[in-house]
Amino acid sequence: MSLLKYESQQREPLVDGNKDYHQVTEDIISPIEMKPGRLWYIGFYISVALLMFGVYSIYREVTYGIGQWNLNKTIGWGWDITNFVWWVGIGHAGTLISAILLLFRQGWRTGVNRAAEAMTIFAVMCAGQFPIWHMGRVWMAFFVLPYPNTRGPLWVNFNSPLLWDVFAISTYFTVSLLFWYSGLMPDFATVRDRAKTKFRKMMYGIAAFGWTGSTKHWQRFESLSLVLAGLSTPLVLSVHTIVSFDFATSVVPGWHTTIFPPYFVAGAIFSGFAMVQTLLIIVRKVLNLQDYITVGHIEAMNKVIVLTGSIVGIAYLTELFIAWYGQNPYEIHAFFENRGNIFSPYGWSYYLMMFCNVLSPQLFWSKKLRRNITVTFFMSIIVNIGMWYERFVIIVTSVYRDFLPSSWSTYYSPSIYEIGFYLGTFGLFFTCFFFFAKYFPVIAVAEIKSILKTSGENYKVKMSDIEKADAEKFYIEEVEHAH
Amino acid sequence: MSGIKKFVVGSFDDEVVLFPAVKNVRKAGYKIHDVYTPFPVHGLDHAMGLRETSIHTAGFIYAVMGTTTALTFISWVFTKDWPLNIGGKPHFALPAWIPITFELTVLFSAVGMVLTFCYLCQLSPFVKKHHFSARSTDDHFVMVIECTEKTNDSEVQSFLQSVGAKDINIQVAESGWWLGRYDKEQKLYREELGY
Repeated sequence: MSLLKYESQQREPLVDGNKDYHQVTEDIISPIEMKPGRLWYIGFYISVALLMFGVYSIYREVTYGIGQWNLNKTIGWGWDITNFVWWVGIGHAGTLISAILLLFRQGWRTGVNRAAEAMTIFAVMCAGQFPIWHMGRVWMAFFVLPYPNTRGPLWVNFNSPLLWDVFAISTYFTVSLLFWYSGLMPDFATVRDRAKTKFRKMMYGIAAFGWTGSTKHWQRFESLSLVLAGLSTPLVLSVHTIVSFDFATSVVPGWHTTIFPPYFVAGAIFSGFAMVQTLLIIVRKVLNLQDYITVGHIEAMNKVIVLTGSIVGIAYLTELFIAWYGQNPYEIHAFFENRGNIFSPYGWSYYLMMFCNVLSPQLFWSKKLRRNITVTFFMSIIVNIGMWYERFVIIVTSVYRDFLPSSWSTYYSPSIYEIGFYLGTFGLFFTCFFFFAKYFPVIAVAEIKSILKTSGENYKVKMSDIEKADAEKFYIEEVEHAH
Repeated sequence: MSGIKKFVVGSFDDEVVLFPAVKNVRKAGYKIHDVYTPFPVHGLDHAMGLRETSIHTAGFIYAVMGTTTALTFISWVFTKDWPLNIGGKPHFALPAWIPITFELTVLFSAVGMVLTFCYLCQLSPFVKKHHFSARSTDDHFVMVIECTEKTNDSEVQSFLQSVGAKDINIQVAESGWWLGRYDKEQKLYREELGY
């Protein structure tokens, strides 16, 4: 038994039940090979309907202009940019799980990384819609790219945070996609080699890129994953930092704060994990994957939620303190009148945000609640609502009453097409996610197999027997093997 | 390079059996063509005597290319080609270029590395490869030994059996680039030990 890899009994098993390699394949791949159930069709059609509504809203916006949205002179960024930042934030959890947790050697990421990365990619796709359509003349969108043109050439402004955003989001999307897909190839090969029908064999054969599982390929694959993780780690932090620069480098009171980058990144991870929880709690139930996405996984993610939620809370309080301490009348107005005064037009949204993001996650200090699926599911929704309101508060309460009282705008409420556009991105997101859940291995099969013998329940039980029987011999054997 | 070759294929269902088997097969002087596994088995590359991959070095080179591309291009645009006066700030505004420089560094490195990876492993959507065992992506560790004219297949087969392999069979495959060429990659067992 000397090759049995050792892991402390203190750690919860990551794979429950009595599994061997074949069983892992069977459990994760078989939902792909079955016909989708009724629930899947209902969900899919609802998503497509939402998507269609979004397409219609965009059609209205492109045909008649930004006036279809209830933006006005001072509120030039309303729901659209709120939604953009919200979706980008959600798109942070996937790469965090797959990259940062890989570097930190967190074994539990293997159960959730595939779905979380898919979520990241779909969320970034949704996020990208908002700035693109907000341009108004969307057919000019390519102007954001620095290409040689006949106007000089007149280049883009490389000093502008809005351009940094173009580079950050597109790089983030590309790298996440590559990272995700390189991990998918071996699993597609697994589906291909089990395929019963010719069509499925062909489709998954194309998707698998001719993966064979050769040792040399795995060696390169591991090196590639490690370097991509190393690259993605600063990348994921840079993306929301740059999004926060869109605000922080301006001179608008309420935006012009140096705390924004870390505060935004923490908020992004916070909302991203909440979205992962929402999706995975449903996925594990529907696809019967409770053995792979265990309560332990959910608890681990809840720990991240309570940590990042508290960081966000500290950031809110720091902002308030600095507004008071700095004694800048405009900033004091932005924080204590536009936001902090519950009777001001948007005061309610500030307190809703505080409640959802700072107070409610504190429930997760209790282990019992952290491990409760129902509580987690509701909390994940509350956190996502709260994080949407955070962006809404930052954007709208800072601009609706700015320096010049004569241009203070009336109450801003979105038009039906503004809401429709937002719902449309939900449609896009869930259409993609339903497609993913049906045709892709939602859990990284190869990665689960590689941790099975250290963290599988049945193997851990065996380990404890050996441990007890002859602790010293076990230790020596393991140490010898390790070197 | 091309040509029909004969291979002896043996499957293992446990990596605990696989490791000593790899060692014994190499010790006996047989040439392991490859071992196909369903997941990355740590240490198997060393056991087979494969040299380290240097794909991360390629990644570093691509990263440096990205950094230089971004910096030289932006400097050229803003100091030479079309200097813009932005609030009287310096034309050469390096701190403001760091975000884009960083993003391009990451982009070049990631895209370059993945393309290099696909090139080296010959991965692409429509490529057809010979699969020695369909279970090598499920639960079997499939060892493939290449036969030369001098090899006695039945001897290899019985040897594989003795080291714990199951489902031993002989397969003929057209060897080409898609089967990989690890002759240069792989050290001989005696070379590794230094005699």
